Amino acid sequence: MTDLAWIDAALTSARPQAIGALLRYFRDLDTAEEAYQDACLRALKSWPRNGPPRDPAAWLILVGRNVALDGVRRRARQVALPDEETLSDTGDAETATVERLDDSQYRDDILRLLFICGHPELPAVQQIALALRIVCGLSVPRIARAFLVGEAAMEQRITRAKARVARASVPFETPGAPERAERLAAVAAMIYLLFNEGYSATAATAEARAPLAGEAIRLVRLLLRLFPGEPEIMGLAALMLLQDSRAASRFDAEGGIVLLDDQDRSRWDKAAIAEGLALIDKAMRHKRPGPYLIQAAIAALHARAARPQDTDWAQIDLLYANLERLQPSPVVTLNRAVAVSKVRGPAEALAMVEPLAERLDGYFYFHGLKGALLDQLGHPAEARDSFNRAIALANTPAEAEHIRQHLDRLSQH
Amino acid sequence: MLYAILCYHHEDVVQAWSKEKHDTTMTNLRQVTDKLRRHGRLGPVARLLPTTAATTLRKDQEPPLVVDGPFAETKEQLLGFYVIDCASLDQAIETARELARANMGGSFEIRPVAELNPGSLQP
Repeated sequence: MTDLAWIDAALTSARPQAIGALLRYFRDLDTAEEAYQDACLRALKSWPRNGPPRDPAAWLILVGRNVALDGVRRRARQVALPDEETLSDTGDAETATVERLDDSQYRDDILRLLFICGHPELPAVQQIALALRIVCGLSVPRIARAFLVGEAAMEQRITRAKARVARASVPFETPGAPERAERLAAVAAMIYLLFNEGYSATAATAEARAPLAGEAIRLVRLLLRLFPGEPEIMGLAALMLLQDSRAASRFDAEGGIVLLDDQDRSRWDKAAIAEGLALIDKAMRHKRPGPYLIQAAIAALHARAARPQDTDWAQIDLLYANLERLQPSPVVTLNRAVAVSKVRGPAEALAMVEPLAERLDGYFYFHGLKGALLDQLGHPAEARDSFNRAIALANTPAEAEHIRQHLDRLSQH
Repeated sequence: MLYAILCYHHEDVVQAWSKEKHDTTMTNLRQVTDKLRRHGRLGPVARLLPTTAATTLRKDQEPPLVVDGPFAETKEQLLGFYVIDCASLDQAIETARELARANMGGSFEIRPVAELNPGSLQP
């Protein structure tokens, strides 16, 4: 007997591989998706009766391909569909397919599918929406809810994205090593984007958006299984797991932001932290830390600290210095300044932050940090100016509320 | 005799479980292990992190080679194990059936234990 929850999970987890292979056969996203859906319908009929197949993905690929080919033939010759039983009886054929399709082909199928969905020519939101729809199988209403837009608008966005990637015509031949590396980097960026859409959620939208972070973690694990020796993919997986381990403690009961220092660390997800730390250990052995791995290592230093005062800020400062070298950006410098303020004091941190004023003038966190540093240095009037600027730039009510607390405290003095 | 019950399952399927499915399964399994503990039959139990966290040391060469990832690419992965005291293979199979009712899907490999070193770790 096969329970429905198992079938549901099996269909979900086989989806990227099955659609990736069907896309290679039919070279068209819509056809691949329809073929997969037809195969799922047949699985729902056949699996409870005949038991689950040994390799669900291979079963879905084979059945999906047959159904779609029959559709093509039927349209061509107006021949009736073969009856259900002939199609569902795939026991022997399944074994044959599993032996025929080797793992390296699956790997490139899935990578190609992810690359097409997260194609660099697509705007960020379309990349994420397309990946959620095609790779993760989220329904359009659910994606629309996550992005706070109407269903029709989201449907249209996804259709446009599909048309655009079809025009971009990603080659279907087996990619060479440089192409594979390029696709891997683009896919990693898309997955992190997806994760951040889920993670940067406010308390109010957290419920609709939380699945995005979960889907992103599922995709990065999939990528890691396909490319087990890539330290940057280990780093990205670790980074996402460690950030997500704090999800339950990021908002208070009223929906306000709880900063890292004030979070209840007993509510951090210990299994996610253990997995993240294990991945960092593995990746560090490669001795060529890239940007994801360094960011993960920074997150790990927070995860390892039992209390906020145990945080190794000196090491965080060093890691940010490395990140600045690899990936210079004013936002990285701004983050480093937080570590510097803890290690060498607010004056030095402020000196580091001030030259960023021009480039980060429209950035909430810049003014928030500057205000906090000025406050610590005993300049309440200037601190108030910065906080007022920050409030004007707040992205969410929770961010604004957090700054308002600073302002309230300042006015009491 | 001690038996190891090695739990194999499609790792990606287990990771696709909803939180409710995960929590229910863990509660169900706990009921079985609690009963085994009351009867003095429960030995060490381990749940392993995903195979993506695995590193393999190939020691058929000198020096041994360190490889990222699990030892073997298999359709189902070793996700954890129980060590249980059983009077006979029949009882071991019965216990595995109970665990299977609590957590369907995948397979249990029932392996008699030749030697168990309980070690000195406290949970």
